[in-house]
Amino acid sequence: MNVAVAKTGKGRAVSDLFTSAEGRLPGSPAVTAVRREAFETYERLGLPHRRIEEWKYTDLRALIGEVLPLAAAPDAAALKRAADAVKVHAIDGARKLVLVDGVFAADLSDVKALAAEAGFGTLRETLEKDAGLLKTASLDAVIALNAAMATDGVVLSIADGAQLPAPIQIIHIATAASASAFTRSQVAVGKGARATIVETFVAAGAKAYQVNDAVLVSVDDDADVAHIRLMDDAPDAMNVSSHFVTVGANVKLNFFNMTTGAAVSRLQGFIALAGEGSELSANGVNLLQKTEHGDTTLVVDHAVPNCVSREVFRAVIDDRAHSVFQGRIIVRPDAQKTDGKMMTRALLLSDEAEADNKPELEIFADDVSCGHGATAGALDDSLLFYLKARGLPEKQAQALLIQAFVGEAIEQIADDGLRAHVIGIAERWLERRQ
Amino acid sequence: MALLEVKDLKVRVEEREILHGLTLTVNEGEVHAIMGPNGSGKSTLSHVIAGKPGYEVTDGQILFKGEDLLEMSPDERAAKGVFLAFQYPVEIPGVATMNFLRTALNAQRKARGEDEYSTPDFLKKVREVSKSLNIPQDMLKRGVNVGFSGGEKKRNEVLQMALFEPSLCILDEMDSGLDIDALRIAADGVNALRSPGRAMVVITHYQRLLNYIVPDFVHVMSRGRVVKSGAKDLALELEASGYAQFEDA
Ligand SMILES: Nc1ncnc2c1ncn2[C@@H]1O[C@H](COP(=O)(O)OP(=O)(O)OP(=O)(O)O)[C@@H](O)[C@H]1O
Ligand SMILES: [Mg+2]
Repeated sequence: MNVAVAKTGKGRAVSDLFTSAEGRLPGSPAVTAVRREAFETYERLGLPHRRIEEWKYTDLRALIGEVLPLAAAPDAAALKRAADAVKVHAIDGARKLVLVDGVFAADLSDVKALAAEAGFGTLRETLEKDAGLLKTASLDAVIALNAAMATDGVVLSIADGAQLPAPIQIIHIATAASASAFTRSQVAVGKGARATIVETFVAAGAKAYQVNDAVLVSVDDDADVAHIRLMDDAPDAMNVSSHFVTVGANVKLNFFNMTTGAAVSRLQGFIALAGEGSELSANGVNLLQKTEHGDTTLVVDHAVPNCVSREVFRAVIDDRAHSVFQGRIIVRPDAQKTDGKMMTRALLLSDEAEADNKPELEIFADDVSCGHGATAGALDDSLLFYLKARGLPEKQAQALLIQAFVGEAIEQIADDGLRAHVIGIAERWLERRQ
Repeated sequence: MALLEVKDLKVRVEEREILHGLTLTVNEGEVHAIMGPNGSGKSTLSHVIAGKPGYEVTDGQILFKGEDLLEMSPDERAAKGVFLAFQYPVEIPGVATMNFLRTALNAQRKARGEDEYSTPDFLKKVREVSKSLNIPQDMLKRGVNVGFSGGEKKRNEVLQMALFEPSLCILDEMDSGLDIDALRIAADGVNALRSPGRAMVVITHYQRLLNYIVPDFVHVMSRGRVVKSGAKDLALELEASGYAQFEDA
């Protein structure tokens, strides 16, 4: 093969990563060529590090050192464990699409029920015909690596006008220890359609695994979409997820991400508002403890006039954990009457907890209303004392105040059932602290 | 039986002594009023009894049912039956009053080894109590004290007192901010809680409250000490003569 082998030991390992995986990577010869090119891009850039502006606070090179080899396709025992995990993490009534160690598991998924409601295929099938899904605008190294290595994913198309009766839940389950899963999915929502997409990342016994996921979302005019992501990985895992979202006109998009696990995690979302009159609500919560590092990076690009974007982000940081929020709002020269606001707050539960907030406004239009606010602080002692004086033990008093704090982001989820599901995950995180 | 015994209590806040050897005994079933000028240390005493951090007890002791109260965390004190109705109740946005009440009540019961209330039992109890205190149900759906008027906050304190059924109730200026009708309703709520096993310490500046909640004893605090104790008539004397006579005490 014609991939240049880097000189460092780590570079060599990565090359092995690709060559040893190539036989398992689906796609036509044209796809293979795209993968190689993507891998060369990755090799040239290497893992992101702190001197790359976008990764300043998340020095992936220092944090994870190296990319682990591709996980083996799950065997029967792995699928059994995954099935048990699905039972725990499935949302009532949702159409489940399950990926185990980066491979679509049809037997654990509700393909039949979904077929009546939406177009469905896998990345594996799609790549036999077309390499388009591996291409994105970004040259980010982890995204290039994802294009090179993606083994599977779900490809959903929701027809114009379709009103999905139930949420679609994509569940990523890791069963393989010390291995990587690379997945890439696509969600296309048609004009006037209404859909709820949930993505859940969990482990079924696996330790020290790595996830690199990418999702390409397009939302056509007049659609109403709720998109909820739950990164609830094992405490020693890594999860880097990249989202590319393009939004048409008069759309309502309600996006939410919550991180409650992983030693190292990053969600990077690139949301382009490309049609007028759309409303974006993009919210997130990081719940971090021990030495966890959680990064939520959102770029909201107002390309056209008359759109509204609202971001509410809350981080709760315990022990020596480190939370990063980078929120950039871009307002292009044409995007007059843009209304973009972002509010981020960090709650530090220990003296050694760390929060980095980097809000950025890049405004090139003159008739806009944009703003951001950021705060960081500890729990209010007078509120804590009031609760304790009423009989709540310290940790329980803290838990109540923490719930109230993250509630400001969680309450942006409109659906009662989904909100309760998300609150349940936050409560389990709080119980782990007790 | 002595419920609360405060003995020669000395308390410092930020290097400054506020209570200079305060002694007070409250027996079961008794109602004690504490009066005294602004800054004499009434709230400080109530905070130290409730376990608020930031106060350094340099001398003396506080016994509650014979146990050393100062060794207990605030939540332990609450579970044992100490309740302080705050002079300035805080607002807790995002914590629904109803959820707070249930969590607190069940935490106290759990600490005492009692069963938690079932949801229907709890709701029934809250409804009864809030009705008797003229507290509308939709107020309980809001965040704790959030957007409550001054009077509503005070009534919410009395509501909690009725719900938790403590054996020692300390009311720190329950009457401040209450209009005449609200005062009567709140005082009726407090009187309904008077019982042979329960004692009350009522901190107030005004005789008016003591017309409703008639005390067995009245204490005058000045400069961090109890300088005079007497029967309920002492409050009337104070109303007439003021605190000047105690300033040099
Ligand atoms: N946290 C604090 N830091 C410094 N000084 C304090 C603090 N808390 C109380 N003090 C001081 O202690 C003294 C007693 O205050 P306290 O609030 O107990 O008085 P009080 O009798 O309740 O007065 P009032 O009738 O006005 O409510 C005052 O001089 C007050 O300034
Ligand atoms: Mg006071």
